[in-house]
Amino acid sequence: MKTYQQINDRIESGKAVVLTADEIIGYVEKKGLAAAAEEVDVVTTATFGPMCSSGCVLNFGHSKPKIRMSEAWVEDVLVYTGLAAVDVYLGATQLRHADPANMYHPGEFRYGGGHVIEDLVAGKTLQLFALSYGTDCYPRREIRTYFTIEDLNQATMVNPRNCYQNYNVAINDSDKTIYTYMGLLEPNRRNANYCSAGQLSPLLNDPYYETIGMGTKVWLAGAHGHVYAEGTQHAGAVARTPAGVPKGGAGTLALTADMKQMRPEVVRGVSLLGYGVSLALGIGIPIPVLNEQILKRTCVRDRDILAPVVDYGTDYPQNTGRVIGHVNYEQLRSGRIKVEGKDVAVGSLSSYCKALETANLLADEIRAGDFQLARPIASLAKENKMKPLVIRQKEP
Amino acid sequence: MNETVTKKMMLFFPRCECEKPIIYHLVKDHNLVVNVYRAKVTPEEEGYLVLDVTGTEDDIERAMAFVKTFNVTINCTGKGVTWDESRCTHCGYCITHCPTDALYIADEATREVAFNEADCIECLACIRVCPFGACASAF
Repeated sequence: MKTYQQINDRIESGKAVVLTADEIIGYVEKKGLAAAAEEVDVVTTATFGPMCSSGCVLNFGHSKPKIRMSEAWVEDVLVYTGLAAVDVYLGATQLRHADPANMYHPGEFRYGGGHVIEDLVAGKTLQLFALSYGTDCYPRREIRTYFTIEDLNQATMVNPRNCYQNYNVAINDSDKTIYTYMGLLEPNRRNANYCSAGQLSPLLNDPYYETIGMGTKVWLAGAHGHVYAEGTQHAGAVARTPAGVPKGGAGTLALTADMKQMRPEVVRGVSLLGYGVSLALGIGIPIPVLNEQILKRTCVRDRDILAPVVDYGTDYPQNTGRVIGHVNYEQLRSGRIKVEGKDVAVGSLSSYCKALETANLLADEIRAGDFQLARPIASLAKENKMKPLVIRQKEP
Repeated sequence: MNETVTKKMMLFFPRCECEKPIIYHLVKDHNLVVNVYRAKVTPEEEGYLVLDVTGTEDDIERAMAFVKTFNVTINCTGKGVTWDESRCTHCGYCITHCPTDALYIADEATREVAFNEADCIECLACIRVCPFGACASAF
């Protein structure tokens, strides 16, 4: 048994023993659970993949004379201005102005919100264009200027939903090619795609949210941030394996961090053919080894984690809830899965390589004493379910 | 010198060379086996041809000398399809779309993706599907 304080003291003295969720599996096998729990202080988990519910709050500062932006675009990508005068929210999936979208199907979606965020973090010069109706206190009606992230007062990433605990394997039962947020899916189950770091993924290493909760400190694309709320669509009450690993989506995290501290190589715009734009992020979350049970759960292996195979031709869009079957991540990573007897080629939208890199970067920071752990101030719900949107008639 | 070799090359056509049956002469007069990956040769425009030629070194050399008489630029080192390692996030999404495994998992443990240009037939599937724009075409 260890406390957060003891672990942080060891981190501060540069003596903390830190392993990645990938390394811990073999380590515990070799040393035994009890000895490893004594020895290891922190297990680092990570993920890298498209996370559509991401975005950022930017504060531009005031021009002379001042403007209260009522409509604004950064690099021709619309930002939300329903905030204070020069605050905007830039969302990852926002298309660029005049993008033909899927008018010429499948659309290419070469540039959008996710790419603006990538360029911002990379320090590029971006164009701001904003309009206003003009007020006595904010008389300017129009502004066009160029800026970099350094010119902004604040650039804070505020992501309502990241780090899905587990995710669907997408397949296409229909007889035509479809273009989804899970990639291109050929007809009649000719290929499948998945999107999770599996045994390295944060919430799969802490399936009951014992250490990851509101206030937990995270490595968000290189910046030290934290979990500010449960993520949208967080649903702790899902079917689980006997070891507690969710057999589908389940938990999610809402994350925030200062974009000025981020690393551009793990903040990447995403273009999904026929679907739209998004943002891929590298996220690392440390799990303190407070006791043997917590350590045991970080030893989860790809073969113990099941993902539901879902038809994106009909079942997903029509919200039928049907699951074709389950496959594990060891099978998924092999590049071939069996779906009802059929051998199917499988691709990944999540990068295990970048996730591993992230887990190692975080482990290095903790070992060097540069990253302290934070005890959560509130736990994530374990009992809640996801509600559908019911279409109702207006009551007379 | 009778050993056959295979060379991949890109031919750039200036305007107005497109009415000449160059490939025909490569096969008929120079004994080459020709495998065209992609071509765009349109009247009144510049064009290109990416192909493999298989034959003896001597035959290939003579054939290239013949091709050069048409004011065609030959590029044996250029890459028609490029993979930018710094743009690649190694997600592996392209792997199932690459018909020749030119894009492949180089390291099973880290799932690192690599590109073997020699195996690329320039079908351009990767350019269409890569979410990160890591693959590009020279034309």
